[in-house]
Amino acid sequence: MTANTGTTVMTLLQALNLALTEEMERCEDVVILGEDVGRAGGVFRTTDGLQAKFGEARVMDTPLAESGIIGAAIGMALYGLRPVAEIQFSDFIFPAMDQIVSEMAKFRYRSGGEFTCPVVVRAPSGGGIRGGHYHSQSPEAYFCHTPGLVVLAPSTPEDAKGLLKSAIRGADPVIFFEPKRIYRTVKGEVPNDPDFTVPIGKARIARAGKDVTVIAWGAMVHTCLEAAEKAARNGVDIEVVDLRSLVPLDEVTVLDSVRKTGRVVVASEATRTCGFAAEISALIAEEVIEYLQAPIVRVTGYDTPFPYALEHVYMPGPDRVLAAVHRVKTF
Amino acid sequence: MATHRNPADLVRVLPLDGLPATTAAPQLTAQQHRDMFRSMLLVRMLDEKMLLLQRQGRIAFFGPSAGQEAAIIGSGSVARAQDWIFPALREAGVALHRGFPLEQYFGQLFGNVLDPQKGRQQPMHFSSAAVHQVSLSSPIATQLPQAVGAAYAAKLRGDDVVVFGYLGDGATSEHDFHCALNFAGVWKAPVLFICQNNGWAISVPFEKQTASDGIAVKAAAYGMPGIAVDGNDVLAVRAATQMAMDRALRGEGPALLELVTWRRGGHSSSDDPSRYRDEASIPAWVLIDPIERYRDYLRANNIVSAAEEQTISAALKSAMDAALVTAEAAPGPAMDTLFTDVYATIPAHLQRQMESAGSDTSGRAEGAFPL
Ligand SMILES: Cc1ncc(C[n+]2csc(CCOP(=O)(O)OP(=O)(O)O)c2C)c(N)n1
Ligand SMILES: [Mg+2]
Repeated sequence: MTANTGTTVMTLLQALNLALTEEMERCEDVVILGEDVGRAGGVFRTTDGLQAKFGEARVMDTPLAESGIIGAAIGMALYGLRPVAEIQFSDFIFPAMDQIVSEMAKFRYRSGGEFTCPVVVRAPSGGGIRGGHYHSQSPEAYFCHTPGLVVLAPSTPEDAKGLLKSAIRGADPVIFFEPKRIYRTVKGEVPNDPDFTVPIGKARIARAGKDVTVIAWGAMVHTCLEAAEKAARNGVDIEVVDLRSLVPLDEVTVLDSVRKTGRVVVASEATRTCGFAAEISALIAEEVIEYLQAPIVRVTGYDTPFPYALEHVYMPGPDRVLAAVHRVKTF
Repeated sequence: MATHRNPADLVRVLPLDGLPATTAAPQLTAQQHRDMFRSMLLVRMLDEKMLLLQRQGRIAFFGPSAGQEAAIIGSGSVARAQDWIFPALREAGVALHRGFPLEQYFGQLFGNVLDPQKGRQQPMHFSSAAVHQVSLSSPIATQLPQAVGAAYAAKLRGDDVVVFGYLGDGATSEHDFHCALNFAGVWKAPVLFICQNNGWAISVPFEKQTASDGIAVKAAAYGMPGIAVDGNDVLAVRAATQMAMDRALRGEGPALLELVTWRRGGHSSSDDPSRYRDEASIPAWVLIDPIERYRDYLRANNIVSAAEEQTISAALKSAMDAALVTAEAAPGPAMDTLFTDVYATIPAHLQRQMESAGSDTSGRAEGAFPL
């Protein structure tokens, strides 16, 4: 077995680091920029060792300005580079909102396809680290609501590597949400092949089941898998669909699962109102309502700022998922 | 680290390495000196104790300010009771100096009922309407345009109020810093921008943050004076802040103070500076302890004797220990605090969520799975 055909067990963080390393080795146009990504290797150590390996010109510690980071990345990409910009926490993406929403997302369209900016924006997101309002949020819905952006949210080391590589090689700007709570706790087999990629726009059946479909993405997938194990002990067979790619969305996999089970729970850490869970629910209601045997139930964060001391109440845990499963199962 | 700031270019009162004073010592009463010194000792004491608590897992996070006590207290002590503070990460000492109770300080760090903010924010986000200090907001530099707005409002109403907007050197890169200075200049708002230039923004050294020769020069572009001060010299900080304050009170508008200091420790309790900082290349002058420099002055001028200092320290320690015991014993916030204060009154959809949250948690215990 050559190094290119096997797999290696690693954490999500290591898988991301490996993806960045391989892509920088493959293509000189790939550059990394952000706060603390160089000398320190990122506050989460995602870019550890990359500046030592590829030099300060390709791995840049920028001044503290997210609009500068994203704006500069757009310019680099317009010129032909493949920038991977890090936003230290997804909570700090908002100073760059104008560059992302008004500029990055619209360049292709407004230039008749003449100018494109395939920037990858990596942003650790989600709660569960006792980070309070500003180190915990899940802001994916804002970006899903913006045409022109690809929005990815992997939950396993294999998908983290494969999707990040697809993002870097792809033609469109990508917001890449990393589930920071499970950076180091989730381990898995990752293909060694430097050309291994995971296609954008394909969901994954994380656990096959026949009774209830539970749809999730990012760290919440693991909460749902935990719930599924508990449910199995009580004779309920849950299918967990890991979306991986929010935009574009794998409607086929989602709708097929719902046709099979007729009962759906959509689980997300983000606030409820106008969250991406609502979009999934609407899609299911529009397309396959005749298969539904119960209302679609959402399990989400509450419509409040992300709290500190009561984080454990705010974050949907396996029991909240199970309560929803119970509701759709006994309707 | 070749290029932090050259101490010869900075406003100074307390002698440093043979460099002379550039300005006269501010006129302060012995009591004012004692209060400032006490607060500096308190900030240092809390720093040491809280980092210990963090390592013991009793608090989740702490942002130290060791080495920056002169900058914090020298500037903050100029604020009068009616003045407003918009802080960055390292200005809890300003609130404490102006009467923020230690029980509330600890309550915030523990996130319990003693915290005026009801345990909602990460540690270090102290806030108190009683001392007119809003909370640090994690998103860097957002407080600065707000400080300008508050200053404009005070001016509009004819109030005798000056607003202090604090920031770090890293914050000067954010757009909010630039628009705040621009607005303040145009409006001649009574606001002081007080930058603690501690040489670092997490792992990013000053010379990677800006190509300008320090922070103070940036003021010129916005039509206000910029003053670069030896930030480890509490009397220089006090004198420069007072000068800026007096200007603002005369209606002459904003100023930018650059307090040149040094972040001795990690960025926070989560940070290990040995990963990125070469301790051998740290400029020697920044490590001369600001507390010792002040102590030497106080002794030489017979303001605080060694015996008096011992009494002050002992009193601070027993107050700290007592407040800590009280605060650590306080209960966590009630469940409904998750849902209150989002809006003035709880709207129907949130009310429903609040009611369901109770039933959800009742199902949390292992084995309570309802199927
Ligand atoms: C908008 C935003 N981006 C990034 C961060 C992460 N962050 C927290 S503190 C910090 C550095 C701040 O440096 P400086 O302004 O010099 O203040 P200091 O910590 O040195 O007191 C960074 C990058 C943040 N809090 N907000
Ligand atoms: Mg700094």
